[in-house]
Amino acid sequence: MACQGLQKGETLESLKRESETLKKKLEEERNKLNDVELHQVAEKVEALGALSMKTRRVLKGHGNKVLCMDWCKDKRRMVSSSQDGKVIVWDAFTLNKEHGVPLPCTWVLACAYAPSGCAIACGGLDNKCSVVPLSLDKNENLAAKKKSVAMHTNYVSGCTFTSSDMQILTSSGDGTCALWDVESGQLLQSFHGHTADVLSLDLAPSETGNTFVSGGCDMKANVWDMRSGQNIQSFENHESDINCVKYYPSGDAFASASDDATCRFYDLRADREVAVYQKDSIIFGASTCDFSLSGRLLFAGYNDYTINVWDVLKGTRASILFGHENRVSRVRVSPDGTALASASWDSTLRIWA
Amino acid sequence: MSTTNNIAQARKLVEQLRIEAGIERIKVKQQFSAMLVNVSKAAADLMSYCEQHARSDPLLVGVPTSENPFKDKKPCIIL
Repeated sequence: MACQGLQKGETLESLKRESETLKKKLEEERNKLNDVELHQVAEKVEALGALSMKTRRVLKGHGNKVLCMDWCKDKRRMVSSSQDGKVIVWDAFTLNKEHGVPLPCTWVLACAYAPSGCAIACGGLDNKCSVVPLSLDKNENLAAKKKSVAMHTNYVSGCTFTSSDMQILTSSGDGTCALWDVESGQLLQSFHGHTADVLSLDLAPSETGNTFVSGGCDMKANVWDMRSGQNIQSFENHESDINCVKYYPSGDAFASASDDATCRFYDLRADREVAVYQKDSIIFGASTCDFSLSGRLLFAGYNDYTINVWDVLKGTRASILFGHENRVSRVRVSPDGTALASASWDSTLRIWA
Repeated sequence: MSTTNNIAQARKLVEQLRIEAGIERIKVKQQFSAMLVNVSKAAADLMSYCEQHARSDPLLVGVPTSENPFKDKKPCIIL
């Protein structure tokens, strides 16, 4: 008996040592890969020309803070949601309000356009994400056709359709993300790993497969496999809540915007943060970000009412867009890259081009 | 007395298993690391993607007024 105890003691010690040695080796290997900084490699890239983006449209109609917006694939329609409980579908070319859906709850934090353009999804403080089919008949009461799909135990912070109108992916204040079947409302997969509210999610571009990234109040950005529910990669570089995550157009990287006043850029194949977009003069949190079509520009909306445009490769600021009179809650580049839409707590949306 | 021995042994066994699980996790991480790319290669690929698509990025290169539906020839009226 005493002999066995000794053996176990020896095994524990040698195992502990093996564990420590492996950990050190792993860190060394990883650090070897960090051979250079992105902005150093990008020194040979041509500098950006002057960007001349101006407000081209101001969309007025919401009664309170606009919290979210999404473009339709047709590159002209948009859906937006507000603290006043309304979801509006706009034609961004003509400023025409095509549909207005009043919801029973206030703070509709998330909204998304279906790939077909025939439906929208929205959710927020009601802890649900509902899908509303859009009808061509302007007089039809859309709110009556609203169908609850996702049920969380806390607010819904983000939602997106996957490759079709049939499934939606949601992120929630309950710390989880979930994949739902729209027709049946069935939970297809849930994603556990965040240790606080999840504030944002983004689906990988279709060519790169079934993954998505999420960010939250635990300051972590997690990459997930949609089929298995597994957390594939995790990045903990921010110093405060991550408000928004967005994939780089190639799918090999993603950016995040945080209350720590920085935006960061991570390469998935190198498994590390490769750039930090910050300035001493920027002290307010960044709430949203999106890439231009080529991925060279990162548009980020801040709580100081501005949108900073970052040169993704060189790490410098290329431009500032002024115009909103309150926090910028969401920025989204149109599907063909011709314009940037922004939503704000000043109750308007702006289109910049 | 033998109960105390059993508890002590059980504790040691749990710790041993915990450490072994830790090693397994590290070995999986090592395999994952073997697939990792170094930053200079990753950066080169990001740059090459930007370069390939730069010309078709309207916000980057600018697009003439006639081709951008949002750029009206008449000025935008802000009420």
